Amino acid sequence: MADKNKDLSRRGFIKKSLGLAGLLGVMSLPVPQLMKLRKDSIAGRGLTSKNPANQAQLEGKARAWGMVIDLKKCDGCVNIETPPQCTQACINGHYGPNGQQWIEVFEKELAGGGHYFMPVPCYQCENAPCANVCPVAATYHDEDGVVLVDHNRCIGCRMCMAACPYQRRFFNWGTPKLPAAAALTKYSPLYPVPAVKGTVIKCMFCAHFLHDGKLPYCVKGCPTKALYIGDLNEDIATNGAEVVQFSKFLDENSAYRYKEELGTQPRVWYLPGYGQLAGRTPRDHRPLMPPQWLWGDDDSNRCVGIWPWGEDF
Amino acid sequence: MKAGDIGGYRERLERTVFNPLTQTSVGFYLLVLVLLGVVGWGLYAYIVQLRFGLLATGLRDQVMWGVYILNFVFFLGIAMAGTVISAILRLTHAGWRTPITRMAEIITVAALMIGGLMPVIDMGRPERVWEIFVYGRFQSAIVWDILVITTYLIGSLIYLYLPLIPDFALMRDRLSDGASTIKRKVINLLALGWQNTVEQKHRLEKAIGIMAIAVVPMAVMTHTVASFIFAWMLRPGWDSTIYGIYFVVGALFSGLATVLIVMAITRRVFHLEEYITEKHFRYLSYLLLTSLLLYLYLVVTEFLAIGYKLKLEEKELLNLLFTGQAAPWFWFFIIAGFVIPAFLLVFRVGQTIHRIITAAIFINMAMWVSRLLIIVPTLQVPQISESLGVYTPSWVEWSITAAAFAGFILIFTVASKLIPLVSIWELAEDAETEAHSESTGEVAEAG
Ligand code: SF4
Ligand code: SF4
Ligand code: SF4
Repeated sequence: MADKNKDLSRRGFIKKSLGLAGLLGVMSLPVPQLMKLRKDSIAGRGLTSKNPANQAQLEGKARAWGMVIDLKKCDGCVNIETPPQCTQACINGHYGPNGQQWIEVFEKELAGGGHYFMPVPCYQCENAPCANVCPVAATYHDEDGVVLVDHNRCIGCRMCMAACPYQRRFFNWGTPKLPAAAALTKYSPLYPVPAVKGTVIKCMFCAHFLHDGKLPYCVKGCPTKALYIGDLNEDIATNGAEVVQFSKFLDENSAYRYKEELGTQPRVWYLPGYGQLAGRTPRDHRPLMPPQWLWGDDDSNRCVGIWPWGEDF
Repeated sequence: MKAGDIGGYRERLERTVFNPLTQTSVGFYLLVLVLLGVVGWGLYAYIVQLRFGLLATGLRDQVMWGVYILNFVFFLGIAMAGTVISAILRLTHAGWRTPITRMAEIITVAALMIGGLMPVIDMGRPERVWEIFVYGRFQSAIVWDILVITTYLIGSLIYLYLPLIPDFALMRDRLSDGASTIKRKVINLLALGWQNTVEQKHRLEKAIGIMAIAVVPMAVMTHTVASFIFAWMLRPGWDSTIYGIYFVVGALFSGLATVLIVMAITRRVFHLEEYITEKHFRYLSYLLLTSLLLYLYLVVTEFLAIGYKLKLEEKELLNLLFTGQAAPWFWFFIIAGFVIPAFLLVFRVGQTIHRIITAAIFINMAMWVSRLLIIVPTLQVPQISESLGVYTPSWVEWSITAAAFAGFILIFTVASKLIPLVSIWELAEDAETEAHSESTGEVAEAG
């Protein structure tokens, strides 16, 4: 040891003392700040594909993100004559490839012949069939219960798509045509931009926002505030305008889950309704408007022609 | 057969069976050329698919599996051939199986190779296939599949090789002149120093016996696990406990039909009429009829169970199959898979072999369609939207399918040039025991 100290060169010394000072400086920061620093440095959570689902410790404790969709408030955005704004906000925010609606609004029948609108994101099932069948754990639950896809690992076998009973998974059949800005984004399973050819993609609850206390694009985008996002552990949910107690909110509004009998245990609940709070009647026959993509084109999903040298590619 | 005929019989047998190994006709080269052409075209199609992604197929988000997975299941089914013929018949001591075992085993190996390739072709990211071995999860049916298919393939290769050892020794002794040194060395190596001693024979019989038992569970597992890919999904039609046995019996059915077709062709091409006789076709046709009835039984119970309850999505599936878009395919499956073959196999009109082969061809076409019916209509049924999924295979998919079939034939054709298609030593042995029992019978009579 003594010999080594003697050999300490000037440059080496400066280097070491600087390092020490830096270390001390960092250590002197209060712990929460340190956590934040660390979080910021891992800009997108879930970056490490080697060791997924290790990120939630950053917060100290796991969350259990859940969503409530109040169908009483959802009018499919027909009143404002726009495409469903949740879908549109999600597409815009994620540079969603043309044709993919990670949250899609479906027209469903009511018992008496009228119909209602049902927005469907990925349900982040607790007993997720998609995560069960994945051969390489490219689809997995993170610590907060969000079902993520690691696009650097997915082999594109599409087992998960066959397994999902809600058609909530999309495949990037070709190279997605995206705007230039998408290429500059740093990819993470929590923010899968840009989309990767030959892999499966879907809604991931915008979980990168949730930890920062921000709302998902769709929740923020909904003009009637029909979408609530919250934490089952803390028993709290919000739609951006009001804050409710998660469990009480479910109980008092007769919440149900779609295809509950399958046992997938979705983390998304519906409150029955037909958009009455947004001034819609069950017999309102105005249809949904399709969402818009400013990138890609109709060709993105076009089938191939008869010959490879034709125009069809 | 008289004991004195044995020598002549054996000589003739060797001459006939070795003939394709030593003499190659122009037709053979032509066939190989055509097959290579089709495989090459399929390769080109695959390169197109690699370049553009699976966008080059007719698959889309709703119907995300198509003819690739269909071919996968179909070729696995054909692979049942070897096991049923060589293992099950060996275990039941059905002596007549001897001349067809090797062919059946080659079919198994070829079909497993082609079938196993199909899911890789279906992958969106084939370059990541290694991940299955590194990150594989046992909860996924795909990992099981890879495990059992590799096991089955290795088991079948061993099972194909073991009875070949004495034949390789024969090749070493008979065909060495004129052959190149490399070929001689390889054959020498493969013969493993076989000298036909009692000790060696005893050991070989034992090893073959063990493998015959071992490949049966391997085959059953292969088809069962292939069915899990579907049965473990919450989809109408797939969500069923019958699927394991359904796939096993289906495989039996199409495997037998394939053996029959291959038998008829090789018999004609390689002049094996003396060894593969009408008897073989007849016996196999009984097995075929049995498996037809078993399969029909499963199909009927399956649809009865679904149709009786008429769960919402399953009702939609039945509509699709019975009267909807898939109806032409479905009724083709019923008629070509059950009605026509049953008629041909039960009522013996016309020439036996032609009759049986016609049935076998119909059955194989129907079984391909049956795999289509298992996969596509189920995926067409909407799970949450209201619209039926659409799927029309693209030229890329058809080209690769054609290449798969060509590749299968190619493997068989090349194998027919490298190894004797009929097990010479076993046939000769059979003839000897037959002659022996006859002569001892005579002695007994005389005494
Ligand atoms: S909705 Fe589908 S994709 Fe989402 S977690 Fe459930 S099974 Fe998986
Ligand atoms: S497509 Fe990707 S995410 Fe889905 S099961 Fe296959 S590897 Fe897993
Ligand atoms: S939570 Fe995020 S990813 Fe999911 S639908 Fe809403 S905006 Fe899209």
